[in-house]
Amino acid sequence: MYAQSIKSTGKSVQSLEEMSPEDRAFQERINRGEKIEPKDYMPEGYRKNLVRQIGQHAHSEIVGQLPEGNWITRAPTLERKANLLAKVQDEAGHGLYLYCAAETLGISRDEMFEMLHNGQMKYSSIFNYPTLTWADMGAVGWLVDGAAIMNQVPLQGTSYGPYARSMVRICKEESFHQRQGFHIMIAMAKNGTTDQHRMAQDALNRFWYPSLMMFGPSDKDSVHSAQSMAWKIKMNSNDELRQKFVDETVPQAEYLGLNIPDEHLKWNEETQHYDFSQPDWNEFNDVLAGNGPCNTERLTARQKAWNDGAWVREAMMAHANKKAAKKKATTQVAAG
Amino acid sequence: MTAGNPHLFEFLLRQGDNALVLGHRTSEWCGTAPALEEDIALANTALDLIGQTQLWLAYAADVEGAGRSNDDLAFLRDVYDFRNVLMLEVPNEDFGRTMARQFFFDAFQVPWLSALQNSSEQRVSDIAHKSLKEAQYHLERSAETVIALGDGTELSNQLMQTAVNYLWPYTGELFGEDDTDVAMHSQGIAPLPASMRKAWNDTVFSTLNEACLTAPDDPFAHTGGRNGVRHTEHLGHMLAVMQTLQRSYPGATW
Repeated sequence: MYAQSIKSTGKSVQSLEEMSPEDRAFQERINRGEKIEPKDYMPEGYRKNLVRQIGQHAHSEIVGQLPEGNWITRAPTLERKANLLAKVQDEAGHGLYLYCAAETLGISRDEMFEMLHNGQMKYSSIFNYPTLTWADMGAVGWLVDGAAIMNQVPLQGTSYGPYARSMVRICKEESFHQRQGFHIMIAMAKNGTTDQHRMAQDALNRFWYPSLMMFGPSDKDSVHSAQSMAWKIKMNSNDELRQKFVDETVPQAEYLGLNIPDEHLKWNEETQHYDFSQPDWNEFNDVLAGNGPCNTERLTARQKAWNDGAWVREAMMAHANKKAAKKKATTQVAAG
Repeated sequence: MTAGNPHLFEFLLRQGDNALVLGHRTSEWCGTAPALEEDIALANTALDLIGQTQLWLAYAADVEGAGRSNDDLAFLRDVYDFRNVLMLEVPNEDFGRTMARQFFFDAFQVPWLSALQNSSEQRVSDIAHKSLKEAQYHLERSAETVIALGDGTELSNQLMQTAVNYLWPYTGELFGEDDTDVAMHSQGIAPLPASMRKAWNDTVFSTLNEACLTAPDDPFAHTGGRNGVRHTEHLGHMLAVMQTLQRSYPGATW
């Protein structure tokens, strides 16, 4: 989802018999549904995978601030402006919890930032798409947050304690965001003017397939999922979640009077699910490779914010050190 | 009702526009602050200010009695009808100027809102009471940040001094006095802004001192914002962005 291109060790999943006694005990704890905590034993692969997954998720939250931040200064009413700002602020907060969760695995936030800025770590492909009209604020909340929730609700039960707990809080806020987005869509698509309806349809056209891509490649092409599922750091298969998303979203689009841009979309009586077209996976690979419509803008914006803020962070640190030194000197004088 | 009390309308626009314009500038930081914690804090400040805007401008719209809403006042007035002080509309430039400006404003708002709590108009008093808590928190944070950045490194001290020097000629407008101020004073609605001078000076000079920064020794003050006579060129660009949807799609509901 927000971590859609996690490459694990690539080895196939070991059976309990093949494992070392430590790894077996670890896997048995997971099988019993126990939470793994920072100081507990964990195989190196588990730790590494989690760092990548939580890191990607955290990066997605903060890069995800940018496409919505793009509209804060142009929000059409004071209330919409406050709602959007609060939403984007929540995303920064999610980033913060997730970086903290990743830090319990022995990597610092600064290290993760560096890896984001130099391209070693990724963020979700969805944030490399532009937000062109106000309706995109509706579509992002409705579809993108909607898709995120599909994946994050089960992650509340993930095996790693700090990740599971941060997910509980994040999920509450995400469902609020999704409702907020849907309300923007209602105002524009259902109750709005012809222009607003057109904007809403255009936003759905542009965000539909990128939202489907958020769940990652099809299960048959997703070679790294099995180990993550055994470790319970991935709870459902990509295709399963994508189907669930389509099934839930189609009636919502109908309610809004909008057309999903898929001529093959059809209810299947036999499977009791919608049949739908796959997104263009070549486009997905292009976006992951750095060639999405906004990859350069997003990364440059992050790098610029980080570089422009360097003097502030250095000054804050220097001031804190001076203050600590002064306090220490005062204490020593008092003690002496 | 404006006909009955045009000065009250003018006074309320000044309060609302200060919050609106500074809230807008602060919201421009979203997603690009020097650290995640600062991003969250700036968004908090902007949210408080937008909330205050809604209250002041809704009140102004009621006093005007012309059927306009707070959104109409925010999104459908042009530059010459805005009543914010000039200091709040100049660009953010960098984090240093953003925080120094916030500090200069907060150092005024805390005694000002504190005094407005005793307003003869209940609604002024209520809004001031609610906003004061926010302003106190803003002042705590902006003063701490100015001190940290002024004291931090040679570079940060230099950048903060540049920010202080740039903003200084804009601070005097906070204490302006015209017919509206006199009318508000005589009706017991608000004190004269000039009466905030001492409290502001105390906060500002002690903080700058602790921050190893100096206030320029020049009493010159730019004016023209709070009476709408002559805004800076920056405000028009801000409004062009802020009002784009309301202007492009008249009458649409969002």
